[in-house]
Amino acid sequence: MARVAVLKGGPSLERQVSLRSGARVEDALQRLGHEPLPIDAGSDLIVRLRELQPDVAFVALHGRDGEDGTVQELLEILGIPYTGSGVLACSRSIDKVLTKMLLREAGLPTPEFCSFNYTAFKELGAAEALPTIGEKLGYPIVVKPAGQGSALGIKFAQSEAELPAAIVSAFSYDTKVLLERQVKGRELAVSILDGPDGPEALPILEAVPNEADFYDFEARYKFGGTEFVCPAQIDEAAADRVTQVSLDTYKLLGLEGFGRVDVILDEDTGEPMVLEANAIPGLTETSLLPQAADAAGIGLEDLVERIVDLALARAGRATTA
Amino acid sequence: MRSSAMRDMMAVTERPEVISLAGGLPDTSTFPPDTLAAVLDSVAVHDAAKALQYGPTEGIVEAKDCIVEVMAAEGMAVDPADLIVTSGGQQVIDLVCKTLVDPGDVIVAEAPTYPGAVPTFCSYQADVVQVDMDSDGMRIDLLESTLDRLEKDGRRPKFIYTIPSFQNPAGVTMSLPRRKRLVEVARERELLVLEDNPYGLLRYEGDPQPTLRSIDGGLYTMYLGTFSKILSPGIRLGWVVAPPPVLEKINIGKQAADLCSSTLSQLMVSAYFEQGRWRDYVDSLTEIYRARRDTMLDALAEFLPRESEWTRPGGGLFIWVTLPDYIDTTDLLARALRDNVAFVPGEAAYLDGRGRSSMRLNFSGVDEDSIREGVRRIGKVVEEQVALYGTLTGRPRTSSAAEAAAPAPPAEEYPGGSVVHLPRRPGRGRQAKG
Repeated sequence: MARVAVLKGGPSLERQVSLRSGARVEDALQRLGHEPLPIDAGSDLIVRLRELQPDVAFVALHGRDGEDGTVQELLEILGIPYTGSGVLACSRSIDKVLTKMLLREAGLPTPEFCSFNYTAFKELGAAEALPTIGEKLGYPIVVKPAGQGSALGIKFAQSEAELPAAIVSAFSYDTKVLLERQVKGRELAVSILDGPDGPEALPILEAVPNEADFYDFEARYKFGGTEFVCPAQIDEAAADRVTQVSLDTYKLLGLEGFGRVDVILDEDTGEPMVLEANAIPGLTETSLLPQAADAAGIGLEDLVERIVDLALARAGRATTA
Repeated sequence: MRSSAMRDMMAVTERPEVISLAGGLPDTSTFPPDTLAAVLDSVAVHDAAKALQYGPTEGIVEAKDCIVEVMAAEGMAVDPADLIVTSGGQQVIDLVCKTLVDPGDVIVAEAPTYPGAVPTFCSYQADVVQVDMDSDGMRIDLLESTLDRLEKDGRRPKFIYTIPSFQNPAGVTMSLPRRKRLVEVARERELLVLEDNPYGLLRYEGDPQPTLRSIDGGLYTMYLGTFSKILSPGIRLGWVVAPPPVLEKINIGKQAADLCSSTLSQLMVSAYFEQGRWRDYVDSLTEIYRARRDTMLDALAEFLPRESEWTRPGGGLFIWVTLPDYIDTTDLLARALRDNVAFVPGEAAYLDGRGRSSMRLNFSGVDEDSIREGVRRIGKVVEEQVALYGTLTGRPRTSSAAEAAAPAPPAEEYPGGSVVHLPRRPGRGRQAKG
């Protein structure tokens, strides 16, 4: 039996999702015979961790602070083993721009992009470059905050006229924005779990919009829900390529324990394009990783046990209860 | 996905360090604790067994008498037999939907409408058609053309939902001619109207307007009242007055939902009304909220960029602010939360994606200093986005009213809600005001 601090909540915009992820992890830990120690990550985080002296921390935080390496750095300082990726991998994957730069450098496929920070527009007159960016990327352009995990702040600019408002929206979330060529195609998520022989990809999941109008991405975020199909119904060769680039991305970023890579299957070329990676994907009933694990016959308890064991093993502690 | 992300974001607004202008909360700290103690004591001494027991579904006589008194104060005579006590006004909206709405049925509502009704309408899979408002409330001419259009499609709305006085979220009040016309339209077309009137007694200026029910005599009007804003939302008591066949069905629906509303709460209301000072408390709230409204109007004039618009409510709890159309208020909220201030993004008041450059601000829930500071913080982040947009488009940066060379326009220059924002589709160009 291990005493497991479950870090959840926190001040990020994804607080609610994190609370649900955390609650599910606690239930699973309980059923596994461990002792879950829930902690809502706030200003007393260090004090609570010092008081509780857990064997391991399960980081069920999403978004800023929890998924960007901040909490991981604190846990390193306290010497508490923790689940999932380390500080560097978290810092890389939370930043969509950095992720894409690394992908590009490594020769992995990702939609063409450019990125600016607030200062570039404010102090360096980057606005003058917007027409050139439009020519380079071609419309429609997706504008995203560099470090926001949920769908919030993502805008689709159909033309140059729509670009400024989209950029203003993205800067609501971050001081850095990503402008990316909109690739159309099937949206896939590859969840990855570390195993004895290194990272293993779980069955590919496809997000299928309910709304018939697939063209209007933004409408999908607003109205109709999204249906998830796992395993995705795609041909074997494409599936292999999707899995391979996802695993390559996971390794490139140095992700550990578990993670998720979001990929779009370019409808023009049939090739997978990596959009982003998540160091701490959601673990709620409706989250993608648990669905993919389920499709592989791995229940939530198995999943949680494996993630905790990996954390303890990394720290050189005895593995099972 | 976007709306669930927005709900998640709203949860962050509850952090203690956030000045929340997002809620619809009355200020319960103004209620004298002694009075509450006396009320609870009286219930315990005189009615303990009854207070702890189930009650009739339609509510106990003592509470109904209080409701009759409140309605009389709003110019309506009602027979206690024609009303049902409910668990807050929200339950009325739910029960009316439960009673009348099948999936796909049409409900006509104002644009913008009460954000809290949106999930209720959605959960009954209603097709909500929203009719634009101006400073005189719902545009009845547009209502009629909408009804004509629906009729051509063979569709008949199950009811028209309206908050005629100090509307949530727009803060505007329906004029008397429009009230009369709405009642006529309902009669001509034999349509039910759900009149939601939580704020009627919280009036800060002008004369009271007759309720739709008092004009109509209750033929086609279902009337929703609540103790939430005149006494306490914590006691969860509201009521519905409706034509008998509808009321009967609502009664059955309520039995299924919760058997009866809290007997303890109903006896508390009764004990409180026996003291005979409920109007005094409403008057004291009115004083407090009027000052807060004025503080907010002044702060808006001082801190918001000149191309912003807002309503000037004569009562109620809310001001509706509309920013330049390139600002998305849901995204702005994320930015505002970093500066510890919150509001309700306008799109929460629409079912069709409109309202994205508007926001609802509440002035009843926090004190005047916090209102001023909250609006200052909102002004700062709006200013930041206006400036950024200016940089991105090469448009000159516009300054806030306070910084402009011309003196700031006093709040009086925004007469009685004449600047209510008419909803626009996102992306469509618009004239900047001011």
